Amino acid sequence: MVSGSNRGEKLPTLKLTVVQYGILLMMLALIGGLWRLQVLDVQNYRVLAQQNRIRQEPILAPRGKLFDRYNRIIVDDYPSVTCFLVREQNKNVQADLPLIAKGLDLKLDDLQATLRHYRSEPGYQPIPIKEDVTADEQAFIAAHRNELPELETIDVERRLYPRDGFAAHLIGYVGEVSEEDLNNPRFAYYEPGDVVGKAGVEETYDQLLRGQDGSREVIVDSHGREVGYFGIQHAVPGQDLRLTIDNDLQRAAELALGDRQGAIVAMDPRNGQILAMVSRPSFDPNEFAIKIDRADWNKLITDPDHPLMNKAIQAQLAPGSVFKVLMSVAGLQEGVAQNLHVFCNGGADFYGHLYHCDRHHGPEDIETAIPDSCDTFFYTLADKLGIDTISRYGKMFGFGQKTGIDLPDEQPGLMPSAEWVMHAYHHKWYAGETISVGIGQGAIEATPIQLARYISGVASDGHMVRPHVVFPDEISKISPDFYKGILESFPGSGDANVPMDPQNWMLITDAMAQITEPGPFHTAVSAHLNGIDLAGKTGTAEVISDTFLKASGLKGKETAPNVWFVGVVPRRNPELVVVVLWMHGDFSYYPARIGAQVVKAYVDKKRREANNLPPEKAAAPASPVEVGALWSVPNPPPGKGNNTVAQGATRLQGGHFFLGRDGIVAENAAASISDSRPKNKPVSPRVAGGSAVNPSELASALAIRRKDP
Amino acid sequence: MRRILSFRDFDWALLLMVLALCGISLIEVHSTTMHTRFASFESKQMLFIAGGVAGMFILAKIDYHRLLDWAPWAYGIFLVSLVLVKLIGHKVMGARRWIGIGPVQFQPSEWVKLVLVLVIARYFANLGARNLTWSDIFKAFAMVGIPMILVLIQPDLGTTLTYAPILIAGLFLGGISFKQAAILITCFLVLAGGVWSSGKLLKPYQKARLTSFINPANDPRGSGYQINQSLIAVGSGGIWGKGTEKGTQTQGYFLPIPYTDFIFAAFSEEHGFVGAVFVLLLYFLVLMRLIQNAQTAADLSGSLIIMGIVAVLTFQILVNVGMVIGLMPVTGIPLPLMSYGGSSVLFTFLALGVAMNVRMRRFVN
Repeated sequence: MVSGSNRGEKLPTLKLTVVQYGILLMMLALIGGLWRLQVLDVQNYRVLAQQNRIRQEPILAPRGKLFDRYNRIIVDDYPSVTCFLVREQNKNVQADLPLIAKGLDLKLDDLQATLRHYRSEPGYQPIPIKEDVTADEQAFIAAHRNELPELETIDVERRLYPRDGFAAHLIGYVGEVSEEDLNNPRFAYYEPGDVVGKAGVEETYDQLLRGQDGSREVIVDSHGREVGYFGIQHAVPGQDLRLTIDNDLQRAAELALGDRQGAIVAMDPRNGQILAMVSRPSFDPNEFAIKIDRADWNKLITDPDHPLMNKAIQAQLAPGSVFKVLMSVAGLQEGVAQNLHVFCNGGADFYGHLYHCDRHHGPEDIETAIPDSCDTFFYTLADKLGIDTISRYGKMFGFGQKTGIDLPDEQPGLMPSAEWVMHAYHHKWYAGETISVGIGQGAIEATPIQLARYISGVASDGHMVRPHVVFPDEISKISPDFYKGILESFPGSGDANVPMDPQNWMLITDAMAQITEPGPFHTAVSAHLNGIDLAGKTGTAEVISDTFLKASGLKGKETAPNVWFVGVVPRRNPELVVVVLWMHGDFSYYPARIGAQVVKAYVDKKRREANNLPPEKAAAPASPVEVGALWSVPNPPPGKGNNTVAQGATRLQGGHFFLGRDGIVAENAAASISDSRPKNKPVSPRVAGGSAVNPSELASALAIRRKDP
Repeated sequence: MRRILSFRDFDWALLLMVLALCGISLIEVHSTTMHTRFASFESKQMLFIAGGVAGMFILAKIDYHRLLDWAPWAYGIFLVSLVLVKLIGHKVMGARRWIGIGPVQFQPSEWVKLVLVLVIARYFANLGARNLTWSDIFKAFAMVGIPMILVLIQPDLGTTLTYAPILIAGLFLGGISFKQAAILITCFLVLAGGVWSSGKLLKPYQKARLTSFINPANDPRGSGYQINQSLIAVGSGGIWGKGTEKGTQTQGYFLPIPYTDFIFAAFSEEHGFVGAVFVLLLYFLVLMRLIQNAQTAADLSGSLIIMGIVAVLTFQILVNVGMVIGLMPVTGIPLPLMSYGGSSVLFTFLALGVAMNVRMRRFVN
């Protein structure tokens, strides 16, 4: 047996010693490995361990809100959730896509297209796949945290714009920052994926509105589950801004222009504050607040009426007869117009060419030619002044230059001159051109905002203002540097004083005040406002010579002229200037009527304020609006049947009502829940007819037990 | 004349060191599982240890010469059970390693180790202290090779590899000559190269595991992930560690299976270089104590049994700790006495029981 055969035999000690040293060596090797990791490289691995479990999660700053001049809210934010997909967090994302698409109510094709779009991005880069995630979809994401670890959500604050495109062009919209902006050193603070202002006030004041994003250092486990957080850097909300616009006047202007293509500018001529700015057709900025649908976007940018264009500052059109005010200024200041008497016979001959007037005005001088808008008179005046003088005055009053309004992409218009023709077309000025310019036709182009500034200047003793939509003193209080930046970024004719003989501008505004007064040839009699001192001027500009329209590729589709109205109120020391443009509109008294509505709204409001009258009631909604409400009531005395409520406590109760035309009309859902109430009895503080219901009766309508404090 | 067998001769110092390691294991298993669905694994582990200690005492009572006599029978039975595992075993993580007998499930491949230790010790003891012939060597190879192949096809690469040191220790101590050793090593290298490049005998994941330790950054999400996370855990532990239950790698589940194969990484993270070296020192003392017992054994077979056990334990410690600190590939070999798991704990204690057995009988005759 084994035990017997080798008794006494031993393993050689040498071999055992070798084994012992071998084991010692092995232990030393392992300790050496530990030394290397835990002592020499400890910092490196500590950093890696931190990176492993700490995830930077951005906290997006809510954008600053926009208010009107009376601090009524125009643009608000609302909390929303965006869903991202992080490919790195799951091995086979492709296989999950059908489930994700179903759970998030996305089209599988769209989802795959989104992923393809980002396929060159690194795997850890979160890909936004759905914005404005609903509560149901959030529940789906939470329930599939283990199966779909690649889905992440983030809380964001979204823009809530007024509906129906109210002041849309002035406000602008936000969108994801573009590649060009990222490369622009001016926007060094932008990061990819940032939501930034893309137009209007949102763009100009983006730096103030955007605030500063914070971040949270979240501790996660290996499944990306949040197990706590380390540090938090709170977001700094964006700066709220007060706009110069008056919601009431803006609404009046929106309603007045209706769906006519064109623009309205209402401005305070004393300081350049824009009180209303409308452009038509309009768009809904809310469509941009969530990612805009590609089809919708294409529709917006290919629409021949350019809904995204802010026509108040971008439409460069011939001003037509509105330019005659400038002609009058030039003529009077140069001492030519005072003594100019013209007999209008439906036109006149200049340089071998007959220039028409739309009427046979008979004898005209400067006082009558303005309200009559007699072309013949201004042809003659233009001929006497010559293009150089007209151009000089035009430039003094801001033609051919941006006004410097604090809105992006303002257009400069065009004030033709001999140098301009030489420069642009390399030929000498044709004297006949001067005749057309004299009535605001030909090469001359102006934007509504330019006309507003120019008319303000003429009516205010040559005091020219820089239009703006945000109060400059408030901006410079927030950040003087930013305000300086605004002035530099939006250069223009700005604030200026044009020396004028007071007699001259008084003569002109007096004449302008005549146009809505009865008179055989007065152009806007139908826009007359009783008891309102409105001085205005209409304009009709043929579209044939309209370079803007040519550039936009329209060919004779709409040949109706662009019609204008400019007006100031009152004629001395005006408080309001209104410019109305109706592109391809009807007769020029139409925009005068539109302008008159805005003026009336303004004057009515001022008068109500002066007489302490309540503001005009907003139109009641056509159909009743359902509203819900909760209120607390004292407990009913004991023994009244309702034994579920603790004694002495107040309790909450609720119900819902329908807001009708005349206040609250109860249709009552609450009563149907109660057992002691007669069914369908109206429950409301004020039912139709005005009798009040006892609140304690309401109390038992719906008892919601409140926890004892 | 037979001396009366007494537990006074039992190696209480060895048991003390072993139980110290078990205590450390319990703390770490608790720490790594406390926030998982494996919470309270430490009480199960305590039961395994208690069972192991009981088994150790029982095995220490039975004369190892009788164990050696039974060994060939046990060897045969286990070969059959390994075949059965392949046919009727439970699949766990893609491998059939377990068979159930009534309510008990066990992993025969663990037990085969102990039987192999006995069989090899018996074999070389019978050969005596003479030079080995090639025929002797090949018989030893066959004895270990057959169960190795059966376990490899389960597939369980880690356990397969733990059989090899038994053979190597047997050959080395059994009297292989330098020349024979050199020839065998050459053959092995050629064979290993062949197996590697044939691409059939090793599963792709096994190959990936075997290579990713060299540069885990190459495949940070695949098999390199475990090594990376393990290195981060160990390295970030620093000199003093982050404290029990405070390891971010362990508690955040970045470290894979921190209560079994990677328990040493979890321990190193929470207790640092000092703790890790302390554990290695304990292992070193255990091994040295065992070798001393081998030296004092009454006969060659006793010495060979203990040295076989030393070989297995040393190999497991080297491979497991080496894996955790990035010096060895990921093989799925548990750390004896530390890793959670009944089969591993029981094997270690039974093996120690056999070693005690030999020590207690060192003065017999």
